[in-house]
Amino acid sequence: MGKRSFTTMTMFILLAVMTLTAHAVSAVAADRAIIVKGSTTVLPVIQVAAEIFMDKNPEANISVQGGGSGVGIASLLDKTTDIATSSRKIKPEEIEKAKASGINVNEIPIAIDGIAVIVHPVNTVKAMTRTQIREIYTGKITDWSQLGGRKGKIVVVTRDTSSGTFEAFEALALNKEKVRPDALSSASNQAVAQTVAQTPGAVGYVGHGYLTPRVKAVAVDGVQCTKQAIQSEKYPLSRYLYVYTNGRPSGDVQRFINFILSKEGQRLVEEEGFVDILK
Amino acid sequence: MSAMKIQRKALVTLKEGAYKWLFATLAFASLVFLVGIVFTLLTESLPVFSKIRPTSFLFGPFWYPTADPPEMGIWPLITASFAVTAGAMVVCVPIGVGTALFIHELAGRRQRAFLKPVIEILAGIPSIVYGFFGMVVVAPILQDLLGIPTGLCAFTASLVLGIMATPTVASLAEDALSFVPRSFREASLALGANRWQTLTRVVMPAAGSGISTAVILGMGRAVGETMTVLMVAGGAAMVPKSLFDPVRPMTSTIAAEMGEAVMGSLHYNALFAIGLMLFLITLGVNIIAEIISRRFRLKLGLGR
Repeated sequence: MGKRSFTTMTMFILLAVMTLTAHAVSAVAADRAIIVKGSTTVLPVIQVAAEIFMDKNPEANISVQGGGSGVGIASLLDKTTDIATSSRKIKPEEIEKAKASGINVNEIPIAIDGIAVIVHPVNTVKAMTRTQIREIYTGKITDWSQLGGRKGKIVVVTRDTSSGTFEAFEALALNKEKVRPDALSSASNQAVAQTVAQTPGAVGYVGHGYLTPRVKAVAVDGVQCTKQAIQSEKYPLSRYLYVYTNGRPSGDVQRFINFILSKEGQRLVEEEGFVDILK
Repeated sequence: MSAMKIQRKALVTLKEGAYKWLFATLAFASLVFLVGIVFTLLTESLPVFSKIRPTSFLFGPFWYPTADPPEMGIWPLITASFAVTAGAMVVCVPIGVGTALFIHELAGRRQRAFLKPVIEILAGIPSIVYGFFGMVVVAPILQDLLGIPTGLCAFTASLVLGIMATPTVASLAEDALSFVPRSFREASLALGANRWQTLTRVVMPAAGSGISTAVILGMGRAVGETMTVLMVAGGAAMVPKSLFDPVRPMTSTIAAEMGEAVMGSLHYNALFAIGLMLFLITLGVNIIAEIISRRFRLKLGLGR
């Protein structure tokens, strides 16, 4: 009995070692997957595009990961991703780092995102100026009555200061001024929408793709947050979404990016709630 | 025949040796991980202190890590962690210890058979489920009930964290009670004390330090909890003035910002420094718990 169990154990360990080795070998031997990493804003578009692209090109293998714009670009710099997605333009210090490690950053815009300023549906305030938005977020305006609404404390909802959406909002609406420290801070677009939807006095901002019927978008500088307004660059709070590669892409990477930029790819962009860049 | 016997004996020796090595390796693996984690925390966090004075890092009132120039004071985050943990203690100590006393001293067999698994299930619920529950159910209810501007605040976080830490406190306190020798109880009852007197004058003092260990370990659980506070506490990096202010504890700051921080940047290092602070706090908490439980074992004559 003892002998048998010993043999079984040896077999088990051997088997485990063999499986592990086989696994490691196959990972190296198989066609290397294209890795796309970065912005969670861009993620849903890339994910759908990758699925369709792989259906059409069975030999292609694309692995899509989130992590955020900063992570995507950092991964491009340490060469652990083929394509970095970002909801903000690459920063000068990141370009410098890239140069230092011999990476030639290639920027390709793939979509436009409008940042909608949202309030609870019962709120009577329908429009704000960019100045008012800035004053709400920096703490100069604290009550809805100051904006012609019903009296009540404004509950300011922002994104974590390192998210791409925050950086875009900071650049587009805040003039780089600091958000009041007592603002609620959420980790995702959905969480902001959720918080605003359940808080009558709240104001928040989300990507146009995350607008839901449970929240109301206000007009900014007199322009409603619509696709047409964003595409024609009339809506003030809009930004491009980018993919970054090391040098000019080639092979499957290039074909995948071309697919995203094609009519079909841009239709996917639109279906995910962003605005296409077809002019 | 005898050759076979010798062979078998050699095999047994070999087997024992193999097992010993196997388990020794496994046992030392955790030591390797600990050293690795401490080393990483130190090397990744120390660069912060070459740019920011440790005192202004610890006691600075503003946390704007991505502003230009960045302001990295984690005082709001530290106070938030303490406020939320203290609030959680207020919830989980009475419920946890009370549950333990009831299950161990007062409950009948049927009640015990029902309550113990219920508490274990409570312990098994993933923290993100607590967080979602707190965000979607508890926060709106408290918001309406208390008339506060937002339900995502220190109070809600304390409540949800307290419920989460309750099973830890309850099961450890129950263990402490079961360590009280039967003879203590029997002696007390034999001397004519009633059940209540036995409980409050004999059992509780004897299990006292064990119960304190339970409370302290529950506190460790609350300090280190991440996902729930990320979803429920509101996330405002400000020293709370009241329990109904939104707060941003240390754990949720790391969780929310690590994914977006540029690798190797000052912000990245600062997040590791927050991690180091948390590690030191939980280490302290665990050491205190260990000291107390050691005293407890000595007091009951159970040795080390």
